[in-house]
Amino acid sequence: MLLIKNGRVLDPASKTDGVLDVLLDGEKITELGPPGKLLAPPGTEVFDASGLIVAPGFIDIHVHLREPGQESSETIETGTRAAARGGFTAVCCMPNTKPVNDNASVTRFILDRARVAGSVRVWPIGAASVGSKGEAIAEIAAMKDAGIVGVSDDGRPISTAKLARQVMDYCRSLDLPVMEHAEDVALAAGAVMREGVTSTRLGLRGMPAATESVCVARDVQLAELTGARLHIAHLSAKASLEQVRWAKSRGLRVSCEVTPHHFTLIDEDVQYDARFKMNPPLAAREDREALLAGLADGTVDAIATDHAPHEPALKDVEFDRAPFGILGFETALGLALEQLVESGRISLMRMVELFTTGPARVLGMERRIASGQPADLTIFSTAEAWTYEVKNSPSKSRNSPFDGRDFKGRPMATIVAGRVVDKQ
Amino acid sequence: MTHRFRDLLALEPLAADELSFLLDQSKPFQEIQRHPLKKLATLRGKTVALAFFETSTRTRISFGTAASRLGADTMNLQAEASSLKKGETLLDTVFNLNAMKPDCLVMRHAASGAPHYVARHLDIPVVNAGDGTHEHPSQGLLDALTIRDRLGTIKNLNVTILGDILHSRVARSNIHLLGKFGCRFTLCGPAMWVPRDLEKIAPGTPIRCVYRIEEALEGAHVIVMLRVQTERLNDPPLSAGDYILLYQLNHERLRRANRDAIVLHPGPINRGIEITPEVADGPQSCVLEQVTNGVAVRMAILYLLVSGATETDTHPALEAKPKESANASD
Repeated sequence: MLLIKNGRVLDPASKTDGVLDVLLDGEKITELGPPGKLLAPPGTEVFDASGLIVAPGFIDIHVHLREPGQESSETIETGTRAAARGGFTAVCCMPNTKPVNDNASVTRFILDRARVAGSVRVWPIGAASVGSKGEAIAEIAAMKDAGIVGVSDDGRPISTAKLARQVMDYCRSLDLPVMEHAEDVALAAGAVMREGVTSTRLGLRGMPAATESVCVARDVQLAELTGARLHIAHLSAKASLEQVRWAKSRGLRVSCEVTPHHFTLIDEDVQYDARFKMNPPLAAREDREALLAGLADGTVDAIATDHAPHEPALKDVEFDRAPFGILGFETALGLALEQLVESGRISLMRMVELFTTGPARVLGMERRIASGQPADLTIFSTAEAWTYEVKNSPSKSRNSPFDGRDFKGRPMATIVAGRVVDKQ
Repeated sequence: MTHRFRDLLALEPLAADELSFLLDQSKPFQEIQRHPLKKLATLRGKTVALAFFETSTRTRISFGTAASRLGADTMNLQAEASSLKKGETLLDTVFNLNAMKPDCLVMRHAASGAPHYVARHLDIPVVNAGDGTHEHPSQGLLDALTIRDRLGTIKNLNVTILGDILHSRVARSNIHLLGKFGCRFTLCGPAMWVPRDLEKIAPGTPIRCVYRIEEALEGAHVIVMLRVQTERLNDPPLSAGDYILLYQLNHERLRRANRDAIVLHPGPINRGIEITPEVADGPQSCVLEQVTNGVAVRMAILYLLVSGATETDTHPALEAKPKESANASD
């Protein structure tokens, strides 16, 4: 058993905010109570959380673990260790592995590897189409039986409105969210960053904001047509957010996530350094402002990292040639505290919601600290000063634009199924 | 003034006094081009690596000539002959070149920012001989030198650039140099090649985008033509006929410019597409002077970066009388 003493429990589901002890017995939370009042049997391990926040376990609904197929960039073992270091207790791995997770045997392989080598829970996302090629619908029902929690052709959008409509129809019947990488591929052809003054000045080919928002517009209208649960992944543009806001106002089952890098950085930060290259690319100043507003007003449902490791041999090249994507796990909480909470834009409770109940809801799950619930907790400090040094990351890759950045606040313990899987 | 640059990656970060210094240093090398014996011993024993990862004729020959007229040796790498196609990374290729101990790397690359990326990893000076659609600093300098020779100044001129500005590294270098001397820019071409974002790429420099050539040429002192490629990867092709109809520089249109206006073109020219032969070969055209000045400007760049010389050093072209330079050409 594990007793977490004197922590400030923040539980968005029950709106609990107070100093409480939490007792865990293996997989489940046993009891909550005022400090010192819980009866813990002799031999109970004690974690002193004085001065720390005790939150439900963080969930990252958008990550790339690169296994199977690209193990030189990341594995389920290294990726989930990095996730644990970042305070995440569960991660949803996108299906663009080699081979693509478009059938139940790949899903089962991922889950088997996670059971053997994973530090945190791994909830796979299945491909929407076979090979994510945008032609035939993948074996979504079989993958659901095997354990997927959503579908996506991430890395690219579901190819056509016709296929997107069919996938949405099908997923509605299976009660799975369709997680869309919204992009008009033709508009983005050859582009390596967001189109604007910076791309024009640097001579780097840009994609306009509409690259994303025209696809979001297509998809929210198809969500209305089909009644499906549509989730817009790594939303970056103001115009896309307005589409989501419109959909929500019509009562559609549409949600969205925003990454820490999109609410922190903008296109002006790009300096021929491929660590600033990801897709969707860093957006304009006004997009970032809109995302911050959306995070505050509830339009944004979740913070997701889009953790996208690429080994140095692939990523440390000319900007044009480098693959899209950056690491995300270990800097997510620090950036959220700095950009959202310290700046006074949102409360600590809302931030916790964006890492916990928000993403859980996207997946159709619950997340709360209550007796009988899974013993997944993220314990973090809002005060601890530290510097992110990517060379010390458990990840196999080093592609972070935040290397060397100073932070205030970090995860202190990540607890999965009653076990401390990472601790400072 | 001591110049503050170790590399020459772009003109954008350079101040007006640094740019003037580079132009002034080029002047005596222009004289050298007129000597019967053109070789100096200034960089004797030094080696300049010329790494052209994208095909180039004129710029490569110009840098090579500049190096040899300074007495330096060159190593040549060309895209076709390189091992890049064998899967070697740019950095590995450059490290291999560097292991042969050149004193300077001149590089051209199809990726914008590639020289910046390489320079972060090398301790020898890196000269950008054109990177993607970003900058072409030596072209910007030789254009300025040509303008200064013809018009007597590079200050407060109306400069019109015609063509595919979005994809032009020459246009950006022109803007970042001449803009620091009070020049005003009018950019003109098909709207997809002249996005409004260009108006803000050089804060402090007046830049306007217009889409009628007649309007663009009104009152121009300098007209910079760009090579037009109607077919580009990732973009739908544009009709060459439409381009000629709307944007070709011909005699009649040229009359709208200032009477003494000069016409520049970085080459290679598409005769009959962006420019008529009459204008390309006419008295207002500076095309061949640009090429001659290119050698002088590149001599100045190599001299300054390789020798590390500053203003207080006597200029090698002034100290070397023709006879002495003859002795030096070993």
